[in-house]
Amino acid sequence: MTTESTGPVLHMRGITKAFPGVRALDGVDLEVAPGEIHAICGENGAGKSTLVKILSGVHPHGSYRGEILFEGEPCRFRDIRASEARGIVIIHQELALIPQLSIAENIFLGNERAGRGGIISWSETLRETEALMRRVGLAGEHPQTPVAALGVGKQQLVEIAKALAKRVKLLILDEPTAALNDEDSRELLRLITGLREQGIACVLISHKLNEVRQVADTVTILRDGRTVETLPMATTSEDRIIRGMVGRELEQFYPERTPYTGERAGQVALAVSDWTVRHPLDQQRRVVDSVSLEVRYGEILGLAGLMGAGRTELAMSVFGRSWGRYERGTVAVHGHEVSTRTVSDAIGAGIAYVTEDRKTYGLNLLDTIARNISLAALPRVARRGFVDEHAETRVAEGFRASMNIKTPTVFEPVGRLSGGNQQKVVLSNWINTGPEVLILDEPTRGIDVGAKSEIYTVIDQLAAQGKAVIVISSELSELLGVCDRVATMTAGRLTGILDRAEATQEALMRLMTGTDEQTGAGA
Amino acid sequence: MSPVIGRLATVVARSLRTNMRQYGMLIALVALLAVFQIWTGGDVLLPRNVSNIINQNGYILILAIGMMIVIINGHIDLSVGSIAGFAGAAAAVMMLEHDIPWQLALVLSLLIGAAIGAWQGFWIAYVGLPSFIVTLAGMLLFRGATRILLEGRTWSGLPQGFQDINQGFLPEVGPDTNYHNLTLLLGLAVCGVVVIQEWRTRQQQKDYDLNVLPRELFVLKCAAIVAAVMAFSLTLASYRGAPVVLLILGGLLVLLGFVMRNSVIGRHVYALGGNRAAAQLSGVKYRRVTMAVFINMGVLSALAGCVFTARTGTATTGAGNLFELEAIAAAFIGGASMSGGVGTVLGAVIGGLVLGVLDNGMQLLKIGEDWQQVIKGLVLLVAVAFDVWNKRRGLTGRA
Repeated sequence: MTTESTGPVLHMRGITKAFPGVRALDGVDLEVAPGEIHAICGENGAGKSTLVKILSGVHPHGSYRGEILFEGEPCRFRDIRASEARGIVIIHQELALIPQLSIAENIFLGNERAGRGGIISWSETLRETEALMRRVGLAGEHPQTPVAALGVGKQQLVEIAKALAKRVKLLILDEPTAALNDEDSRELLRLITGLREQGIACVLISHKLNEVRQVADTVTILRDGRTVETLPMATTSEDRIIRGMVGRELEQFYPERTPYTGERAGQVALAVSDWTVRHPLDQQRRVVDSVSLEVRYGEILGLAGLMGAGRTELAMSVFGRSWGRYERGTVAVHGHEVSTRTVSDAIGAGIAYVTEDRKTYGLNLLDTIARNISLAALPRVARRGFVDEHAETRVAEGFRASMNIKTPTVFEPVGRLSGGNQQKVVLSNWINTGPEVLILDEPTRGIDVGAKSEIYTVIDQLAAQGKAVIVISSELSELLGVCDRVATMTAGRLTGILDRAEATQEALMRLMTGTDEQTGAGA
Repeated sequence: MSPVIGRLATVVARSLRTNMRQYGMLIALVALLAVFQIWTGGDVLLPRNVSNIINQNGYILILAIGMMIVIINGHIDLSVGSIAGFAGAAAAVMMLEHDIPWQLALVLSLLIGAAIGAWQGFWIAYVGLPSFIVTLAGMLLFRGATRILLEGRTWSGLPQGFQDINQGFLPEVGPDTNYHNLTLLLGLAVCGVVVIQEWRTRQQQKDYDLNVLPRELFVLKCAAIVAAVMAFSLTLASYRGAPVVLLILGGLLVLLGFVMRNSVIGRHVYALGGNRAAAQLSGVKYRRVTMAVFINMGVLSALAGCVFTARTGTATTGAGNLFELEAIAAAFIGGASMSGGVGTVLGAVIGGLVLGVLDNGMQLLKIGEDWQQVIKGLVLLVAVAFDVWNKRRGLTGRA
């Protein structure tokens, strides 16, 4: 493959994209030179995924502002098929393969080698599949093996073969190694460098900066929906990238921490030891690996980590083993080992978990605010198995006032509330269980600034009442704003715990990307 | 006087508009009755015919109540007709071949229903098979089992006591008043309870500063309920009184309506249907609740089977055929949602009555069986389409 022009193969100019309530991208520029591997780095929510979704036509032309030039020609993609026709193929983090279909069928799905009348030519399909499989290093497999029988690493290779079948010129990989073990990751990175030799340009989104350093030629850093800078990789250190990713001031809307001075101050509320959990489908992978941590009464502990670090998995597996396959580890509340085999056990032990995805895991959107608030602790408003609706309404009204839930009545369906108010309902549901320990997973995701500030105040109040609070968040400024200590995780392991005084965004980012590791952090 | 009426009219109209989902099917039922009343020249609401509608549809309504709960929980049950057939057959065999008294046979038959429900619940809740498959298997299994049990023939000569479950009426007591005394008293009692309930709800709503119906409208609403209940009991009382099936239905409606609305397990059924993942993360025990829902369905299927057997006075191998589809249709017409989490027991009864009145009215009009099916199919389609449209309208722009 040769490119005559010396200009960029891809030029995105002034890309601006707004979702209801947020401006995800604000005048982003991106230039990719022919045949280079171009990394995009940024915190969660910086706008990386939105940018590549625009490029691949997931967000169609007209839903954003700005222009896209590919091989010098302006592009207005209506959908993914349009961008693929031009040779731009995106491979999402969640693989888009049909597990029951064979490798060959998957590679040519939607791009079938068919003759007249739509009859698939299997001989041609298989011949081409074998050629493609050799190119991506899958020669050892049979083209008719169902994809489900392959490991995640090889499935990723099938995705790349699928892209090659579409005569890809620009390959976009969104966190390709997030779900892979070290060996599979190396294999994949080797393959990407190999494709560069064949003249295929690649846009690589990754949190793993060491990988970015290894393979990328250029890096563009995004922050809060803007392009910060584009740097040549050869002269750029990981620290330099991190500074670009986080470089922003701590915002001032965090409340002053109110100390807890009750009798249990300083005592350990929750102690997790040696907690190890495997992936539910991929038994080889330890998604949480030998994690030990303690939270005290009245303390707010932050849990930082990039996507795939295992924070939510840790929280959900501790909370009634709601995720993955338990391997080993113990949980103690107030010094006594407790069973958390089921969600009821965990609730009974005084643990509450507020999910990061309130619509999927937190709320029954069809039901009323009052009923959502009482759900996890229904026996508290019931006598002999029957709900006292009086008591239930009183409880809901109490939370409406104390949490400032903005609604005409507590009998409105929860689905009608704004994100911030929905989040307050989920929080109310869990505070109502009377927990000792609250684990809040991304408590301010997708809610507006005003509601965020209110939630921070609630978190501070909970700690002031003596509750132990764990806050999982992807926003480092948030963790530094509300927490007493911040723990970091990378690839399932605890890599450090920093006191608020010594924690900076740079230090945390180094621990989160695996650049640094505190010695003995997991002990 | 006219400004009061005008104001009332606007309030009624507004209240109807906001509560379309709740009242839609009730209005449809009343409209249906009115239309047939006109077309048949007044035959539909004759005391004898009203009594008939109840007796003809009792078993479907019982099944619809159970089916509604299954659907709210996010499942479906295709086997209820076969279970009804099997339980009815079992009761008949017990009474005729083993001379078991009918009361005991009834109880044992209900226990058989519970056992079958537990069997299906086990496969669904504990093994994790889709309810569609498990109950499809149950539909075939218990249809066959009914044939085996009855040795392929029709069993008749059931004791009168058993037949009275469907054919009987409340006994007559007291002086001769030209009306059935107990039925009238029962009607008055229902009126009293309903009005007191409405009043208490209104007081509670006031306590929470909710918008309550204006006083005039509240009085109007109560008056309408009293008038409807009394008209209904007078109609029944001028024939042979309240049928036993009506008492069974009323009992189920009150009991299961209360359980679904006010009990912890009822709430859990709604929560699991509305968002199973969220409910489980709130400590709701999916397996136990689903098991209970299917046991309940099994018992209600058996009860419906006994009621049907009592109605025909015979046990046949074809008893209960296609009941499951009538019950499912009733539940959906009554406001259930395919995805679960929505619906009320009362809705199922109203949905079942819409189908029943439709059947009865078309029979009176001598419309053939063929056209009856066409029309019922269209009614199901339109009712659910209306519901979906209504929901979409309610959610857009808000969610």
